[in-house]
Amino acid sequence: MERKIRVLVAKPGLDGHDRGAKVIARALRDAGMEVIYTGLRQTPEQIVSAAVQEDVDVVAMSILSGAHNHLFPRVMDLLREKGVDDVLVIGGGVIPDDDIPGLKAAGIAGVFTPGTPTTETIEFIKNNLKRGD
Amino acid sequence: MEESAASSDLVRSGDIRATARLISMVEREDPSRLAALKALHAYVGNAHVVGITGPPGAGKSTLTDKIVSRLREQGRRVAVLAVDPSSPFTGGAILGDRIRMQRHATDDGVFIRSLATRGHLGGLSRAVSEASRVLDAAGYDFVIIETVGVGQSEVDIVRIADTVVLVSVPGLGDDIQAIKAGVMEIGDVFCVNKADKDGAERVVREIRSMLETAVLNGATTRFTPLYEARAALTRLDGGRASGGDRAPGAPSAAEGAAHHLAAAVPGHPNLEIPPVVATVAESGQGIHDLVDEILSHEASLVATGFLRSRREENLAWELGRGAAERVLSALEHDGRKESMSDLARAVLDKKIDYYDALETLERALTRS
Amino acid sequence: MNDNDAIKKGLEAYEAGAEKSISKFPERKPAFATGSNSPVKRLYTPLDGAARDYLRDVSFPGEYPYTRGVQNTMYRGRFWTMRQYAGFSTAEESNKRYKFLLAQGTTGLSVAFDLPTQIGYDSDHALSQGEVGKVGVAIDSLADMEILFDGIPLDKVSTSMTINAPASVLLAMYIAVAEKQGVSPDRLEGTIQNDILKEYVARGTYIFPPEPSMRLITDIFAYCSRNVPNWNTISISGYHIREAGSTASQEVAFTIADGIAYVDAAVKAGLDVDAFAPRLSFFFNAHNDLFEEVAKFRAARRVWAKVMKERFGAKSAKSMSLRFHTQTGGSTLTAQQPDNNIVRVAIQALAAVLGGTQSLHTNSKDEALALPTEDSVRIALRTQQIIAYESGATETIDPLAGSYYVESMTDRIQAEAEAYIKTIDDMGGAVKAIERGYVQQEIQDAAYSYQMDIESGERVVVGMNKFQVKEAPPKGLLRVDPIVGEQQSAKLAALRAKRDNARVDAGLAALKKAAEGDDNLMPHILEAVRAYATLGEICDVLRAVFGEYQQKVIL
Ligand SMILES: Nc1nc2c(ncn2[C@@H]2O[C@H](COP(=O)(O)OP(=O)(O)OP(=O)(O)O)[C@@H](O)[C@H]2O)c(=O)[nH]1
Ligand SMILES: [Mg+2]
Repeated sequence: MERKIRVLVAKPGLDGHDRGAKVIARALRDAGMEVIYTGLRQTPEQIVSAAVQEDVDVVAMSILSGAHNHLFPRVMDLLREKGVDDVLVIGGGVIPDDDIPGLKAAGIAGVFTPGTPTTETIEFIKNNLKRGD
Repeated sequence: MEESAASSDLVRSGDIRATARLISMVEREDPSRLAALKALHAYVGNAHVVGITGPPGAGKSTLTDKIVSRLREQGRRVAVLAVDPSSPFTGGAILGDRIRMQRHATDDGVFIRSLATRGHLGGLSRAVSEASRVLDAAGYDFVIIETVGVGQSEVDIVRIADTVVLVSVPGLGDDIQAIKAGVMEIGDVFCVNKADKDGAERVVREIRSMLETAVLNGATTRFTPLYEARAALTRLDGGRASGGDRAPGAPSAAEGAAHHLAAAVPGHPNLEIPPVVATVAESGQGIHDLVDEILSHEASLVATGFLRSRREENLAWELGRGAAERVLSALEHDGRKESMSDLARAVLDKKIDYYDALETLERALTRS
Repeated sequence: MNDNDAIKKGLEAYEAGAEKSISKFPERKPAFATGSNSPVKRLYTPLDGAARDYLRDVSFPGEYPYTRGVQNTMYRGRFWTMRQYAGFSTAEESNKRYKFLLAQGTTGLSVAFDLPTQIGYDSDHALSQGEVGKVGVAIDSLADMEILFDGIPLDKVSTSMTINAPASVLLAMYIAVAEKQGVSPDRLEGTIQNDILKEYVARGTYIFPPEPSMRLITDIFAYCSRNVPNWNTISISGYHIREAGSTASQEVAFTIADGIAYVDAAVKAGLDVDAFAPRLSFFFNAHNDLFEEVAKFRAARRVWAKVMKERFGAKSAKSMSLRFHTQTGGSTLTAQQPDNNIVRVAIQALAAVLGGTQSLHTNSKDEALALPTEDSVRIALRTQQIIAYESGATETIDPLAGSYYVESMTDRIQAEAEAYIKTIDDMGGAVKAIERGYVQQEIQDAAYSYQMDIESGERVVVGMNKFQVKEAPPKGLLRVDPIVGEQQSAKLAALRAKRDNARVDAGLAALKKAAEGDDNLMPHILEAVRAYATLGEICDVLRAVFGEYQQKVIL
């Protein structure tokens, strides 16, 4: 059977603006992926546990509050602690360009700022999966 | 092979990643999963499998969340398989059940997995039953399977679950009709959720009276033989049925029965119907009762030996279906010329008849 | 032949002519639509208003149904309040920004709180990590609030606070600061957002379930009508509904449906409509489609006036007139070529002014990237001042009235909004419709199709999907020092050591008892605040009694 791409879409932190997260969730579904949506106010611990149990290929997070420099790397640390190194982690939101190199160094493979078309995110996921068969 | 052995050891030791990955292999029908499943076979059979089904939006996920909390309070380890439909057009899916259960995400004693139907209903029950075995072998005491009840899936879940909880809600109108139409017989515990809404009591009454009518008319239900056996057992040992190898802390069958399981049909003290529990999943009201009913159903199955016969029946059904699948795939993939569509064309063109076609297929099988 | 017949003939002739030229030179696209995707005709004429009755439907400024405005002199009397939403980091930093804004000529303050404050967590709570001081100022206790308004006389400014779930607590802190300045509550002017329903559907900073939340709100209505009579007790907000992706008509419809739910709750709690309704205020968005936005504001006034008069039997003109604050549309700003945002904001601000807003926040050009810098805040404010002093749009009232296009769009938006309100009524009101996920679903469908239109190029966003350039990353963005979290935590520890903890405990115990019963909670919250109980402590007491809301996710 063909390999389905499974994506965890999560909103870490406290901001409640989930328009972007929901639009991307729908777009990924329409691109044939299986999206596990976890809702608002997720702690990094919750996100990582869910990613492991759901055995996802991708974790996609969105933050609009400016807490990305704290929360994104924290998710990466926890994944590493659990020995997970084959999950593609991407982030989106209001993220100043200056912050992107730091986030990439922390292991966030793709950072998408406002105005990124969903098709670009979809392509990025398809081309950068860390595992396949 | 070695990898599978390693994977099955990890699963048995409670390794969450290994468990999750094996379930992924099950989902995509990866042939290499079989070795691991075989290796786990000896350790399967300890978990109690609970199916929760009902109409969309009935509160199944919210109920599951609360049931998990209750079972955790009792020190049980719980796994959840939440099944949602894939889009028939794109093959994608948004799996949203997990949202309601996310507070258990960081609890080591809880494992939650969302599954998409991936377009094959028959295949889904295979995937779900395999996944449920993996979780069983991984040491979870309960495996809860949430599926949306739209016809076939309610019936499918019976083939997997030891205890089936049928969820209804007030205000659906034809919901009750749907229950009447044939799924009634499969429920072991009935739950009327959203009891905070108008009309809940009426739904409870209607379900009870339908169950009573069914029993009085001698309909074949899942529960009647169990109740009869349990009653016999209670008579035999004077109400102190020994609980067999039930999990520690579970009530004995007789205790459970005396307290919960089933209510007598008015005017017919020897006829019983299953429990109908009203709940408000959002606030947790009625959840203790619901979990007690599930546990007492489990205890009765164990005490009466029905657990074994039920599993036997289910397995026989699964074997039959598995065999059919294998035959079909042998026919389709064996590099044979007699493909189904060739035969179909020949039948349509009146070159052969339907039965000739079947015989051709049969011959092809025996030749292999 | 009467006028209309003559116009009809003329119009037919015109259309025939137009079709003829189109056959040679086709129009730019086969169909034209507004920013909210409603069809737009080639031409509007008096025929489009044939059913409209001027006196009944449009009338005069300051007169029912207030289509033309809520005051009879509007901006000829005085301009709208130029109110820039601001706040970040610590109370000290924000206090400096407020003083800067007042010196630049803003006429009202608008406080942005950080997310932990909005969700009722202290800065040292585990969930606050990384969020302290980020999207607004961190307020943990009365001590922070005293610093926030240090040197700002509260009887001289009007202050708007974007706070919802814990609105009572922040209002109580404001009252307590005023007390310390010697200003009595009846002299306070300002607004708390206090609109929980839109949090459930669009903004996400909820704490408690709907029922106790509605009680907190009606408690504020009752308390303020007696003690803080000039305070706007709620700002019923369409802004965030629009930001979440709704259309203009949905913005009006869902906002007014929420308003109906609040009035209903207050009336059920035994309040007299005309005692609290004059203090209800609204908050809308302004997007780029200038004429549609103006029509939206006009329609909103008319729909609300009818609701208050016909449904609730309001007698006072103030109860029927919809006063509103406007903010330009954050979601219309682009991270690409941020200077273009100045132009967008100018168009949106003009729409708000032509639509008769009572106060206005203009977004800064860099808000799609980060918190605004002082320079960009100044440009945003200057945009308002240019409209006020140079554009001439303020010299007469409701200048677009009588435009065939704008009047007909006003009618359309009214009709669409009323149809939605009817649907919501049939479901049992806004609270029920939200519980069912109906409102969320409608908004998300609109948001998704908007996004798909941008991606297909059908909807052009200049600089983003057309006319792009390669650009260097913007420089000089404002950043909040991550140390703020630690500073706030240290302040909290000091506070907890220093304050009279027996008084705090007594205050919290009294609050708990009141929450379990049905006393008005405001006096109890005020007492706890005066004792320097923290926001988190107060909200925890209420969480224990009320429970927490679980998000209803619709996808
Ligand atoms: N009033 C009320 N609402 C409830 C109750 N239980 C669940 N809900 C609400 O019903 C909605 C659906 O709940 P879910 O738990 O997602 O229902 P579900 O059956 O799992 O839904 P699907 O998986 O989509 O079929 C949510 O908004 C719940 O908050 C209840 O007892 N009373
Ligand atoms: Mg569900």
